[in-house]
Amino acid sequence: MGGVLPLVGKRLLLGLVTLLIVSIIIFGAVELLPGDVAQQILGQSATQETVDALREELGLNKSPVTRYFEWLGGAVQGDFGTSLANKRSVTAQIAPRFANTLFLAAYAAVISVPLAIFLGVLTALYRNSVFDRVSNALSLVSISSPEFFLGYVLIAFFAVQSQLFPSISNVTSGMDFDERIYRTTLPAVTLALVVTAYMMRMTRAAIINLLASPYIEMARLKGVPNGRVITHHALPNALAPIINVVALNLAYLITGVVLVEVVFVYPGVGQLLVDSVTKRDFPVVQACCLIFAATFILFNLIADVGSILSNPRLRHPK
Amino acid sequence: MVSFAIIYYALLIIACCVAAFYRQRSGLIVLFVLLCISLISGLLGGVDVLINITIGVALLAAAGGISYSFRETLTYILPNEPAKLMRKAPLTAAFGLLVIIAYVIAAVFAPIIAPFGEAQVVGSSFAPPDDVMILGGDQLGRDLFSRLIYGARNTVGIAVLTTAIAFIVGTVAGLVAASMGGWVDQVLGRIVDILMAIPQLIFALLLLTIVGTSVVNLTLVIALLYSPLIFRLVRAVAGNIVVMDYIEAARLRGESTWYLTTKEVLPNITAPLAAEFGLRFCFVFLAISALSFLGLGIQPPTADWGSMVRENASLISFGLLTPLIPAAAIALLTVAVNFVVDWMLHISSGLKE
Repeated sequence: MGGVLPLVGKRLLLGLVTLLIVSIIIFGAVELLPGDVAQQILGQSATQETVDALREELGLNKSPVTRYFEWLGGAVQGDFGTSLANKRSVTAQIAPRFANTLFLAAYAAVISVPLAIFLGVLTALYRNSVFDRVSNALSLVSISSPEFFLGYVLIAFFAVQSQLFPSISNVTSGMDFDERIYRTTLPAVTLALVVTAYMMRMTRAAIINLLASPYIEMARLKGVPNGRVITHHALPNALAPIINVVALNLAYLITGVVLVEVVFVYPGVGQLLVDSVTKRDFPVVQACCLIFAATFILFNLIADVGSILSNPRLRHPK
Repeated sequence: MVSFAIIYYALLIIACCVAAFYRQRSGLIVLFVLLCISLISGLLGGVDVLINITIGVALLAAAGGISYSFRETLTYILPNEPAKLMRKAPLTAAFGLLVIIAYVIAAVFAPIIAPFGEAQVVGSSFAPPDDVMILGGDQLGRDLFSRLIYGARNTVGIAVLTTAIAFIVGTVAGLVAASMGGWVDQVLGRIVDILMAIPQLIFALLLLTIVGTSVVNLTLVIALLYSPLIFRLVRAVAGNIVVMDYIEAARLRGESTWYLTTKEVLPNITAPLAAEFGLRFCFVFLAISALSFLGLGIQPPTADWGSMVRENASLISFGLLTPLIPAAAIALLTVAVNFVVDWMLHISSGLKE
């Protein structure tokens, strides 16, 4: 195991560097704005004095590099500045919403991960059967549908027609756990539908790939019964690709959250991001993007490290 | 209503028995699962659910029948070579082709098919469906059906254009990286790594905040964000080609890099590129619809499926399904393209073996 830690450390460092570059892009993108940010915010009719005052307030008179480091320093300590639209602290707006988003994503993950792995393994084992074809077609439909379509279909059937669940998931901080689960079920199921389909297809491909490997054939040739081949030879080795697939799809979940939150009016970061984009509220957009990007990078990193840990061959790159 | 349920279950059970008698294993499984689902949902939801299931199965059967006859017609009409391909095509691929053709016709002949103009106010807002407006009116009283037809032109047209731009950028960069190698390859590779480190939708939202929302900006931003994926594929596929002996021979002949990429490399990677185009189109199409749905993409009064869903979504809480039609149109096209891409990938992999 001696070689593992440096490798993992190297990946972590690489992830950190990526995050740093991404933060430069997120900050620098706003700098690329043609003209003056203060002028843009206030519009053409603003007087020179108000523009100057806003420039002073935003610290635009300092050099971009200084401002970047101030912004990054603040972001690391959890301070993303103040919103342009309502002058409130960005962190205070994001923190409760981020908890909500994590809750929704975790709920969707709890539904989709076991289901997807189970279905993926099953379709791989019984490939080309009716079951495989039907689930293949269904997952294709689920992947091809925009999230808002699935969301509204679920609303139409489960909230409007049968009134089992609320159509708007207005979660508040004082809510108890059961109520919260009840209200987030429809958005979580919407997200889970898409993610399960992706994860199932990827798991299926990974397992089929694995079943074609020579040691499985060897096991079959020496007369190991089918069930034992799968439990003793295939599944332990399937762990690596499955960890990879799950982590990659959880990274995808983070993006999917934005649309689903808008459909169900769920008070999460995605909803805030979309609102702020419409208002062109740069500090909030930057903060949201940084949070989403960091989560995305983190899950990709987990996928990387997970596959290194579960596959000894990756520890000794040729 | 009760007699419907009785006939329904009786028909299903008879069909199961027939399948079992003729030892049609897969058919039996499908029918049996259908029977179980209908039993459970029938007990829970009553006859209405059974009717819905019947309509669904009938629609599926109709789609299957139409795609079958479409495939047979194509096999009959087409000249020898493509007809041979068509004959072996799965039904799903025929269905996909049919849907794509229907969308193209709707997009090209939109002004002829649509009874009203794109932004023409016909009746009152949220007017119920009648003889004049087949699907009713939208929030401003414009004809939903006409807007749906024009939406094919706008939404799909912009998606195709965006994919094409992303493709040209990605392919050129990929070919340059593969054929030049060295530091050019390294630099392009790193840029792509960084572009792909941020989730696309989030990055698109960030960029659209900065450049503002307009169709041109949307097209360019989405094209920029989706070209890295194409770059990677082209670089990988072309990377396998440039190490071939005939490339070496051409290089020794003194051919220019331009000649090498266009005459030697490009013709050899067209098959995977074509499949990739279809696949990328789906992602770009979904991304553009998503942004339009969020109100950040194609702007009103241009008819667009994503924003149509957003504008009429409030109708859903009154039990109306019309706002779902544009969303279903998006889903249907994506499914159709995916079916055709699957088939194309199957053909190209089959020919290699």
